[in-house]
Amino acid sequence: MTAYILRRLLLLIPVLLVVGVIVFTLIHLIPGDPAAVMLGREATREQVEALRERLGLNEPFHVQFFKWFTNVLRLDFGNSLFLDQPVTRALLDRVQPTGLLTLYSLTLAVLIAIPAGVVAAVRRNSLLDRLLMVFSISGVAIPNFFFGILLILLFAVILGWLPSSGYVDITDDPVEHLKHMVMPTLALSFSAAGLMARLVRSSMLDVLHDDYVRTAYAKGLPHRHVILRHALRNALIPFLTIVGISLAGMLGGSVVIETVFNIPGMGRLLVQSVTRRDFPVVQAAVMVVAAVEVLVMLLVDILYVYIDPRVRYGSD
Amino acid sequence: MAQTETRTTITQVTAPRARRFRLSSITPSSRYYWLRLLLENPAAVLSIGFIGLIVVLAVLASWIAPYEPTFVNPAERLRPPSREHWFGTDDLGRDVFSRAVYGARISLVVGLAVMVGSMLLGSLIGLIAGYYARVDTLLMRIMDGLEAFPSILLAIAIMATLGSALENVIIALSVVYAPNIARLVRSTTLMNKRQPYVESARAIGLRDSVILRRYIFLNSLSPLIVQCTFVVAFAILAESSLSYLGAGVPPGIPTWGNMVSDGQAQLQRAWWIAVFPGMFLFLTVLAVNLLGDGLRDALDPRVRKR
Repeated sequence: MTAYILRRLLLLIPVLLVVGVIVFTLIHLIPGDPAAVMLGREATREQVEALRERLGLNEPFHVQFFKWFTNVLRLDFGNSLFLDQPVTRALLDRVQPTGLLTLYSLTLAVLIAIPAGVVAAVRRNSLLDRLLMVFSISGVAIPNFFFGILLILLFAVILGWLPSSGYVDITDDPVEHLKHMVMPTLALSFSAAGLMARLVRSSMLDVLHDDYVRTAYAKGLPHRHVILRHALRNALIPFLTIVGISLAGMLGGSVVIETVFNIPGMGRLLVQSVTRRDFPVVQAAVMVVAAVEVLVMLLVDILYVYIDPRVRYGSD
Repeated sequence: MAQTETRTTITQVTAPRARRFRLSSITPSSRYYWLRLLLENPAAVLSIGFIGLIVVLAVLASWIAPYEPTFVNPAERLRPPSREHWFGTDDLGRDVFSRAVYGARISLVVGLAVMVGSMLLGSLIGLIAGYYARVDTLLMRIMDGLEAFPSILLAIAIMATLGSALENVIIALSVVYAPNIARLVRSTTLMNKRQPYVESARAIGLRDSVILRRYIFLNSLSPLIVQCTFVVAFAILAESSLSYLGAGVPPGIPTWGNMVSDGQAQLQRAWWIAVFPGMFLFLTVLAVNLLGDGLRDALDPRVRKR
């Protein structure tokens, strides 16, 4: 088992390297001189030359990459061109809103998906089952920003229950914080909740026909007990992967949702940096999110070893 | 003879009057059986109808739209939906319906172009990776790397370097969705290349390019078609998100995404500016997804959903 985990950790290196190469190469795909593009039209020749020097653009590609990547491994992304502070600092300042938003959304999605999926599977073709289908199909089709705006229209403009945008730090005022997070969380978790519920439903249906479930019924265990202790526990094994994948979707979605609700998180910073042509920040934000995602998927794979003995025996 | 028989059946399938009766005459042994399965699925038929409507709007936009999409009319600002302006007007007095009709063009062009782009790129990579074991690991590690990014994030990063333009949106999204196609084609290639017909093709000395095209790619087609439908839906969604964020098509061109963004600023006074284009977007993506589900069920009845 340790060997399996070690091997997975080693596989992390090439993936992160490829991710790094992609992020780094992007800056070199800018048509023309990246330094001139970043500084805009008013920049003098000296300023452009100084920035080229600072970004190391005068050195050969592989040297640049090596320097950049070793710095990245030490979490040093250089300085922002616009914010006048190190990129790492700028990102750290914005971790809380993004992290909490993702956490709330993931929790909400799981809390909706498991009961909804189980009930839909147990009461197959019931009204609730059909509603769940409609819910999940709409969740995948509706753009999250548009869903967010519909929420604003309903809860802020028409009913006036919730603030339409903005963010309050959780340590300043937890109640206001939660009020501001209700709509962003709903908007971000909608599509994931639908997908997860469908997966729970279909894996429950698989499991409900298995021998051990029949055995459990045959030995007279109550329905509830069979569903929750025997069926659900096994149905949740594939669920873990979807949680990992959903997290990636939410990290991407938070970029859009933070813009909709004007939340000062990493995603909002990324979008602003794109318009400001602040490439070190763009690179760093994209790199960090990809690295988080790779680590989460690794964690999912390792968790499988603990949860599902078949993985353990199958791997060696 | 068999050829003419299927021909006649298929023309009768599309003739609406005789459809119900003729459809059932396509037996499971016919190669057009999938079409019968698809057309017996009400959600898929509705979706095809809606997509057809959107295509007509997009193609005939200049005839259908009652106003120029960029025509500014300060006297008619923020008018609610009425007979003159079906979807109302925005804060510059532009007709929301006309703009939504023109917006359909961008969504459809992006959806189709990205489908073609990612299919070409992804199939090529998938075929090579699946057929030539030597480059498999390298290519698939690159795909892993590309897939490590949440798709919208990678699209934003590519748009940041290329700058906002319609063709850049298409390039960016084709790159984003190519790994998905590549993975699918690779797995079917791995399966197909062990089949006796590929071995015999090799034995009679056909070139690799011919084997890949004729014997391997064509056998991957039906899962590929299904996947491509979903790529269209993803691409339309992603384009609208990019436009919403101001990182997609240049702001002067009306798209459903930037109309929703403009409308958000006027939400207190004029809900219609954001809601109508948003509904167009939602229903289009919904229709494409349902068509994809229908195609999947029709092309591979074994995996019919429960």
